[in-house]
Amino acid sequence: MGSSIDLIFKIAGVGILVSVLNTILKHAGKEEQGQIVTLAGLAIVFIWVIQLLANLFDQVKSVFRLF
Amino acid sequence: MDVLQIVALGLTATVLIVVVKSQRPDLAVVLSVAAGAIIFLLVLGKIGSIIEVVKELSQRAGISMVYLGTILKIVGIAYIAEFGSQICRDAGEGAVASKIEFAAKVLIMVLAVPIVVAVLQSLLKLLW
Repeated sequence: MGSSIDLIFKIAGVGILVSVLNTILKHAGKEEQGQIVTLAGLAIVFIWVIQLLANLFDQVKSVFRLF
Repeated sequence: MDVLQIVALGLTATVLIVVVKSQRPDLAVVLSVAAGAIIFLLVLGKIGSIIEVVKELSQRAGISMVYLGTILKIVGIAYIAEFGSQICRDAGEGAVASKIEFAAKVLIMVLAVPIVVAVLQSLLKLLW
């Protein structure tokens, strides 16, 4: 149970970090680095969420006998 | 006790989604998908045990497993389709959501047809 709440905080953390980094890079004049940081953050979050969804779909498949 | 955890998790996720939505709307959608999946994973164990009890009762009552299996499949399809279409609708994609629901209805019809045929056949046998 505890591990599930961590994922939500991690994703929110990545989101906030990315937006802060974007504003900093914008002031430093490196707008394109900001885009790359956004993509990296999104990719990391997608990896976590896709693992979670794979786990969910496997369990649903086993519970509801959906083959 | 579990309901407290689930409500707490849902509220924190909602607050975080609102915080993230102002800067990163795309991450907010991913966050709501994650929150929905986590909440359902918590409840899935209980659903499994309920289904075991129902299967036990149906075996004792002599109902054949085919019907129960089909009903379980239909409930599973309905749930997953609703999960996906609700998230698409939250993200603002009503068209995608209605397509998912339409496909789920077709799949459920495909599963329901053999049972309808069986019922009609037994009905005809009664009449003639």
